[in-house]
Order: sequence, then structure tokens, then C-alpha cells
Amino acid sequence: MLDILYFIIPITIASAAPLIFTAIGGVFSERSGVINIGLEGLMIMGAFTGILFNLFFADVLGAWTPWVSLLVAMFVSALFATLHAVASISFRADQVVSGVAINMLGLAIALFSVKMIFGKGQTDFIQQKIPRFNIPFLEDIPIIGPMFFKLVYGSSIIAIAVAFIAWFVIYKTPFGLRLRSVGEHPMAADTMGIKVTKIRYIAVIISGGLAGIGGAVYSQTITNDFGHATINGQGFMALAAMIFGKWHPIGAMGAALFFGFAQALAISSSSIKFLADIPAVYFHIFPYVLTILALAGFLGKANAPKAIGKPYVKGNR
Amino acid sequence: MINIMSNKMINILVPVISIILGLLVGAVVMLISGYDPVAGYTALWDGIFGDSYVIGETIRQISPYILAGLAVAFAFRTGLFNIGVEGQLIVGWFAAAYVGMAFELPKIIHLPLALIAAAVAGALWGLIPGILKAKLHVHEVIVTIMMNYIALHVVNALIKTISGGGFKLDRVQPTASLRSDFLSNLTDFSTLHYGIFVALAMVVVMWFILEKTKSGFELKSVGFNENASQYAGMSVNKNIVMAMVISGAFAGLGGAMEALGTFGTISSMGGFTGIGFDGIAVALLGANTPLGVIFGATLFGSLKYGANNMPNAAGIPIEIVSIIIALVIFFVASGYIIRIGLVRLRKNKKEAK
Repeated sequence: MLDILYFIIPITIASAAPLIFTAIGGVFSERSGVINIGLEGLMIMGAFTGILFNLFFADVLGAWTPWVSLLVAMFVSALFATLHAVASISFRADQVVSGVAINMLGLAIALFSVKMIFGKGQTDFIQQKIPRFNIPFLEDIPIIGPMFFKLVYGSSIIAIAVAFIAWFVIYKTPFGLRLRSVGEHPMAADTMGIKVTKIRYIAVIISGGLAGIGGAVYSQTITNDFGHATINGQGFMALAAMIFGKWHPIGAMGAALFFGFAQALAISSSSIKFLADIPAVYFHIFPYVLTILALAGFLGKANAPKAIGKPYVKGNR
Repeated sequence: MINIMSNKMINILVPVISIILGLLVGAVVMLISGYDPVAGYTALWDGIFGDSYVIGETIRQISPYILAGLAVAFAFRTGLFNIGVEGQLIVGWFAAAYVGMAFELPKIIHLPLALIAAAVAGALWGLIPGILKAKLHVHEVIVTIMMNYIALHVVNALIKTISGGGFKLDRVQPTASLRSDFLSNLTDFSTLHYGIFVALAMVVVMWFILEKTKSGFELKSVGFNENASQYAGMSVNKNIVMAMVISGAFAGLGGAMEALGTFGTISSMGGFTGIGFDGIAVALLGANTPLGVIFGATLFGSLKYGANNMPNAAGIPIEIVSIIIALVIFFVASGYIIRIGLVRLRKNKKEAK
């Protein structure tokens, strides 16, 4: 039993880290009242930029490459998210439609560029991956030490930290209060002098940045190259994690870890004795079924921010 | 009167301007990337209209696009956003391929049976989000996205089980095939099949349901104003479920086009077909009307198939067309700003007079 956990838990944490970043990005956007179906496309952009930058600058930057790549991916995806912000906030486009367009555009631009630069369907493999760490002291704890704290990807540690920082920002700072009020009742917020449009722009751009990091973490820890199937539903799974976590950063992190666990089981179930008889398909669809059940209220009520999906038009009642 | 007519004009102008803008930005992207846009669009044109073979293939590509577009549009008319067309199409594809393969029946029974199986499978896949929306007020967008992934994984697993560990079902029997020697010969042996007639028939069906039946009136009414419909004595819940079921059936038939016509089988899928998502673009461009869907499907279906010629003829990656389609969606969705621009333009003209 313990052997299995030693095997599964590191995979769980590694699969969950990209979901955590992206899901928390989703929390920011949706808490401000802007639906972000485009997380998948933003992740794709991040995954692609991360790999591209990593390949081209590995000689110059050495061991720093994956970390700088994360930053570059963050900037590019944040910029890309501005497109969603302009369309859905300023131009009052249907937020879901705009998100769908982001997903199509992200994949199309990434693949177009890959074919243009590499002349084939996928990039080369990167040499500088995100390094793994042993966490001092904690790794010495019997049983759980080696399970959780040995050879952890640096990005996973950051992901957990980001979840707590996001919680602090959203619940303990004036900006967080404004963010939540804009998503619940934009007119009341506007009356109080909060700039609804500005807050929503910031929120959507933050979500783009985090989804970009999520994508770059995925491509630099799990696939190590970029192709058409590199990001294949992780963005939507992050969306699911956000909902399952009830639009709360810590909840989203918990849900992402849980979904990471499901993915780890799907990958490794055939090599585990008492799970080998269960077809992997059940583990694959598990996160999605759970999300539907959560939304249906079978797992406690999940309430979306009240003003979600509606463009705010000043002066309208 | 003049004002109403110009509003109608604007409604038509918005998609037209969006397409032109999309193609223009596409040209700019090609220029920046060091490709020749003229060569690119020439290759695209040849890929759509070049000879009778590609025309046949283009029409073949349009058929599932029409059905996917109808599915999105139909749900939209009742105020529902069905992003699940992709999943409904996949289960329809599987159902048609399975029924087409597993039974031996005379064609007059077998083909309709396979088509109906696809429609029923799609309808069932639409039923779940419909019921959840009607009974528990769960937003259909998220549920249908999740249902897409469930469809993908379940169908892949079913293919594996039925084929005994393989990645492909056996081909459908000739008695269930939509393939047509006549159409194929007519178009220089393309894979053009009878599916286009099924698709066009469904356009008529959607028009008939919406415009000529009481249920259609109720469906549209719920789309316009739920509360007023409720007050007028209509069952909002029943109409929501019905809209999702019919929408899913259209999508399922879209899958049948691929199962019984184009591919004649179903293989394991690494990812989505994309047809369902392009259906959103089709419906959006066609303003959710049956006739509009034909135009939208013709445009996007042609672009999508014609793009196949771009890498060979102009050395440009086919993804440029996906970029253009995504941009067109952006522009149509941002129609508000185009509208404002047009209204300003009109005012300026009036003042100039």
C-alpha cells in the first residue's frame, strides 16, 4: 500500500501544479465577473512560449532558463488575455464566445509558429527542465517526508505558494475586496467609486499570466516539447477545478490536487494490483463527472459570482 | 422606415465586415511571418474551387458543418449555449459507426436506423445538460464542456472494448453507407456522399420547427424572455430540455456524416474533431437562422478544406485558416463596436448632406 503511495503522490503533485496555477487564474477572472473559457488557449500559449524561449536561450541562461521561460510565458499569455479582456469587457462580446475564440486562436497561433520555425508538427526537446528539490527538514519526516517532500519540482512549491498568496490577495487586501464586489454587484461597486472596467481588465490579465505559467510548467515538467496535443484539456480541467473549488483559491488548489490524483491513478492504475481491473476510462472521466455533480449541488452548493457573464454598462439598471 | 431598413443592413454588414477583417488580418499575419499572402489566398481559392475533385471534397466538408451549426443555432434560439456539440457529435459518430457495422439489414432499414441511432445518441448527450439546467439551474456551458470530455474518453474506451483492444471499428456495411458512386464519379472520385442532402433536409426541419409549429414558437419565446413565457403558461423547463435534445440530435447527425460517409468507420481520437467548436462560429455568423447556417457552414467548411492546399501550393501552415476563423469569431462577437462604427459613419454622412 505504502509503495503505491510513494509512487502515486509525486505524480499527483506534478500533474496538479499546472492545474493549480491555471485554476487560480480562473478564480481571479471569474471573481471579477468575467467568464474565462479561454484558459485552455491561454495555457497553450504559455506552454508554447515556455518551450520556445527555453530552446532558444538555454545556451545563454543555463540553469536559469526554465525559470525565465516561466516569466516570459506569463507575459505572453497575459498579453494574449488582453484580447479576451478587450472583446468581453470593452466591446461587450459574449464572454463564452470570446473564450472559445481564444482557445481556437491560441492553438492556431502556436501550431502555425511551430511549423514556421521548426518546419514540423512539434518542437525539439528541451534540455533545461524545471529542477527538482528536496525540501530540507521536511524530507526527514518518516513516511510522509519521502512521499511529499523529496524530489519535488520547484514549480510545484511555487504553485502551492501562489494559492496562498491568491487567497491573501482576494480576501485580505483592498484590491481583493474590490475584485469580489465588482463580480457580485458591479453597479454598487461603481457607486462606491470602484473602477469596474479597470478591475476587470486587471483580473483577466492576471488570469492570463497565471494560465501562461500553468501551461509553461506543464510543458517544462511533463512533456518537455510542444506539439498539437501537448495541452489537451488541461485548461478545461483547471476550469473544472476552479468550479469544484467553489471559486476559492484554496478550494481550487485542493480540487486541482484531487484531479491530479485522478490523473495519476489513470496513468498508473494498470500497475497497481487492486486497481488493474478497473478500466482507466473511469479515472479519465472522474474529474468531469465530479464537476457536474458539484454543480448539480450533490456535493454542496457551488455558487458562481452573481454578476458573472454580464458586461457592465454604466448607467444601465 | 428608412431607419429599420438600415438596421437590417447593419445586421448583414456586421458579419460581412468581420469576414473581410478576418481575411485582412490573416494576410497581415502571413506578411509578418514572411509568407506571401497573395500566393496563400490563391492556394486557398484553388483548394476550394480548383477542380471538380476539390469542389466535391469541399461540399463533403460542409455537410457536418451545417449540422454542427444547426445544433448550436437551435439551442441558441432558446437562449441556451450548447458548447457540447463536439461531444454530441462524437457519440453520434460512434453510434452510427457501431450500428452501421454490427447489423446486417436491407439498406432501406439499415441506413435510416444508423442515422437515427446517431441522432438519438446525440440527443441523449444533450438531454443530461438539458435536465440539469431545467431542474437544478446548472449552467449548461460548463456541463456541456465536461460532457465533451466524458464523450471523448468513453467513446475511445468503447472502441477499444468492441474492437478487442484495437483503435478502430470495422468498416460500416455497404447497406449503411452514405457513399454514392454517382456523386463520387461526378466529382472526379472525391468522397462526396449523400450526407449533404441529409444536412440540407435538417435545415428545412429546423426552419419548419421554429417557424411553423407551436413548439417552435414556445422555444423561441423562452429564448426571448423566460419569465414572460412562464407567465403566458408555457413550461420553460420542458422547452429547455426539448431544445437541448433537438440540438443534440442535429449534432449527432453531424457525427453520422463522418461515420457513414466520409470515413466509413470510427477510430480512437487523441483530441476533439473541432467540428463542434467550428459550429459555434457557423451559428454565430449565420445569426442562428437556418439559412444563415448554410452560409456560415459554406464559408467555414470551404476555408477549412481549402486550407489543406496551402502547405503544398504556398508552403503556408494550414493553421492560418484556424487563425482567420478565430478572428472572425472575435469580430462577430464584438459586433457591438462594429455597429457603433457603422452608426457613426451613417450619422456623419447624414450631417455631410
